[in-house]
Amino acid sequence: MLAEELKQQLIEVVGEANVQDNKASLLVYSYDATPQFQSIPDAVVAPRNTDEVAEVLKLCNEHHIPVVPRGSGTNLSAGTTPVEGGIVLLFKHMQDIIEIDEENLTVTVQPGLITLDLINAVEAKGLFYPPDPSSMKISTIGGNLNENSGGLRGLKYGVTRDYVMGLEVVLPNGDIIRTGGKLAKDVAGYDLTRLFVGSEGTLGVITEATLKLVPMPESKKTILALYEDIEAAAEAVSSIIAHRIIPTTLEFLDQPTLKVVEEYAQIGLPTDIEAVLLIEQDGPQEVVDRDIEKIAALCRDNQAIRVDVAKSELEADALRTARRTALSALARLKPTTILEDATVPRSKIAEMVRAINDIAREYKVDICTFGHAGDGNLHPTCLTDVRNKEEIHRVEQAFESIFHKAVELGGTITGEHGVGAMKSPYLHLKLGDEGIAAMKGIKQAFDPNNIMNPGKIFAKSERKRVVVHA
Amino acid sequence: MITEQERQRIQTDFQEKMDYDELLNCMRCGFCLPSCPTYIESGYDEAHSPRGRIALMKAVVDGDIEPDDDVKRSLDMCLGCRACEPVCPSGVNYGHLLEQARDIIYQNHELSATTKAIRNIAFKGLFPNQGRIRTMTGLLGFYQRSGLQKAARRTGIMKILPDNLAAMEKVLPEVPSLKQLKNRPDHLPSLVPQKKKVAFFSGCLMDSMFMATNDATMKLLQHAGCEIVIPDSQACCGALHGHSGEKQQAKALAKRNIIAFEDTGADCIITNAGGCGAFLHDYDHLLQDEPDWAERGKEFAARIKDISSVLVELGFDEYPLQLPDQVVTYQDSCHLKNVQKTFLEPRQLLQTIDGVQYVEMKDADRCCGSAGIYNIVESEMSMQILDYKMKQVETTHAKTIVTANPGCLLQMKLGIEREGLSDTIRAVHIVDLLLEAYEYARQPVGV
Repeated sequence: MLAEELKQQLIEVVGEANVQDNKASLLVYSYDATPQFQSIPDAVVAPRNTDEVAEVLKLCNEHHIPVVPRGSGTNLSAGTTPVEGGIVLLFKHMQDIIEIDEENLTVTVQPGLITLDLINAVEAKGLFYPPDPSSMKISTIGGNLNENSGGLRGLKYGVTRDYVMGLEVVLPNGDIIRTGGKLAKDVAGYDLTRLFVGSEGTLGVITEATLKLVPMPESKKTILALYEDIEAAAEAVSSIIAHRIIPTTLEFLDQPTLKVVEEYAQIGLPTDIEAVLLIEQDGPQEVVDRDIEKIAALCRDNQAIRVDVAKSELEADALRTARRTALSALARLKPTTILEDATVPRSKIAEMVRAINDIAREYKVDICTFGHAGDGNLHPTCLTDVRNKEEIHRVEQAFESIFHKAVELGGTITGEHGVGAMKSPYLHLKLGDEGIAAMKGIKQAFDPNNIMNPGKIFAKSERKRVVVHA
Repeated sequence: MITEQERQRIQTDFQEKMDYDELLNCMRCGFCLPSCPTYIESGYDEAHSPRGRIALMKAVVDGDIEPDDDVKRSLDMCLGCRACEPVCPSGVNYGHLLEQARDIIYQNHELSATTKAIRNIAFKGLFPNQGRIRTMTGLLGFYQRSGLQKAARRTGIMKILPDNLAAMEKVLPEVPSLKQLKNRPDHLPSLVPQKKKVAFFSGCLMDSMFMATNDATMKLLQHAGCEIVIPDSQACCGALHGHSGEKQQAKALAKRNIIAFEDTGADCIITNAGGCGAFLHDYDHLLQDEPDWAERGKEFAARIKDISSVLVELGFDEYPLQLPDQVVTYQDSCHLKNVQKTFLEPRQLLQTIDGVQYVEMKDADRCCGSAGIYNIVESEMSMQILDYKMKQVETTHAKTIVTANPGCLLQMKLGIEREGLSDTIRAVHIVDLLLEAYEYARQPVGV
């Protein structure tokens, strides 16, 4: 509970309707999409503009109250779970597209804007914003920025970071700063833009962003390659890249994932084979045709039993949409689905797939795998039941082994979901103690009172998975 | 206010009766949020989203929160449109969770005297009883025909009613007389070589206030090659009860209907009200815990079919159908689409009518805000949702809005009335439009 005086001060800043603290409201902002994490905040505050954000942060900084910025709560690493209570900051009043600049090819937006609304708005003007996280129908740009979200088009186009040109950020002390701008070149001081992207809300609050747009690709083509052998599929991935073809999308789905996705989407996905690769290329028609032909040949060389070309954009879109539902569809099978996003260099993808299967056998856990194979970014997903403590323990052990293996192969513990509270106990595997100390130094410089999303990225100690329950 | 004692009883019942596996089935991905009208219209308030409501139900079971007024408010605010179900990759049966939760709350919570009286009249007195509904409708007809309606409007007595109730009074259809209401057929032959024997679920509102639409439905079926049985002993479907936390009564009605339709020898049971159809379609779930009835409920549910889907099946869309040139748009019935999964057939039928330019409206599958008695008990939210809907209608430039459920039909008429468009736009039930098109196409040339 917030002190009554502070609550009144917050109400003075944002208005009474924008400070909620009844029990039901607190409960529904106690979670995000991460299983096993839930913690009740003290209040939910929805500022209406940048100045109000600054006033709220000043107050919280003064009273040492945690602030957890939250978009739509689709986070997968407990990044928006208020594990140390405090204020959940909403952006429902800050959802505008401020400007689409067709001369500089930029778009300037507020953080509460839904990703898909942004994509649709710029596409209506023949422009293209490539980052497309699976949750884009409901995720917000603010969330994408703070998590440096990836997506299906990441292989060719990169991730959110690659499209951020400038930011407006409110620091914990209430200072409002602007980084970067509509500039192709800018070396004036440290690159704070890149620092804030992917900072998981631990350094400040992004209140505006200027994003880079590119011209819409002229055409695209989608194929589905079917495999009887999972590892052969993974090897095809490495082979395509090694042959110097960079498709827009190169997704991998194994059989259990295919089955649940088909059960939900009912678009005629093959469910009697071991794995598929969903591959897409875009660009000028002749380049697309040539690449797709080469890719199809490479797939066949790597034991694809069939390669199907999507007959229409409608069919291609159905395939992409179906792929985006993979994680949620897996939840049909068991009460709890825990997913990870360990990432390895592209050339190691087959080795990683093999390792995941071995680890699943070793710990006797059910792991389904899908993901952005072309990015080396897999989503091994464990099907379990939170009520079965013994199994949950084995799941944690299995994931720890997966993290170790990924790092050993030159990879990382998280490719696109963030460290959050979920993976903080494992961050040292990737960074080492010195790396963590360097990052803590940065955190200390921006947020000396540790009010911004505390309990995320950095583990309090090197303990195993923290299960917080209200 | 929910008292302390009531909270405890509700919490215990939640722990005993809520389907915990189903609650856990929600993995909180948030994919449902953009489909939820109340989430959007409340300005993205998680407490008014399906994910939020499921989290609240689970928290009550877990003992993390008491079922207080805010929890009840969140559940009351739900339209029950179930638009969150088809978009849920995990396949959470949200509608069933909501029904169960509401049932527990309403069985344990002492309502205010007025609310209780209204609910009693509606759920116990009126809806289970075809005869009484007819009498009520008869009274309404008397009111309309006797000049009382005009008098009431003239004296301005309507002005003291809340805005939307006053407007609602205006949009009520001209109802048939008591005598017409009592002489309903129980069997009709096919008018062409017979293709199918069907039973018709006439519904209580549909067979009184919307009797003309029921007649049109039967005519279409006869023209399409159906022999029709209309069991006289059928009752209200129980949807209003089931959705408002009166599950026991819903079950009693379900049993009456199962008995009434069991021995009709019909291949399927036809409905023309999306809301009723969906509830009938869910009888298997409603009766799953009753050993003597579970199987019969399943058989009954499997035979439910909407009029538009049976018409397409019988090739009615290949008949000559014609109307004077007009732009037509279609407002989905939430339950017809989200529960019965019937949404292509109505569009297919409309598009085959000569003279009709079909324009799909944006968010045609978003609830219109009618939702049973929601537009009366939650009128502010309902009207906000309706205003959005009417904006989308206007963008299509449609002259005719087609619906497939009486609640939606009244709500769309209300929307037209509120926008002051009653001279230029009309709302019709799909069967009325189809019959109009069927008859228009067969007019002698030159008439």
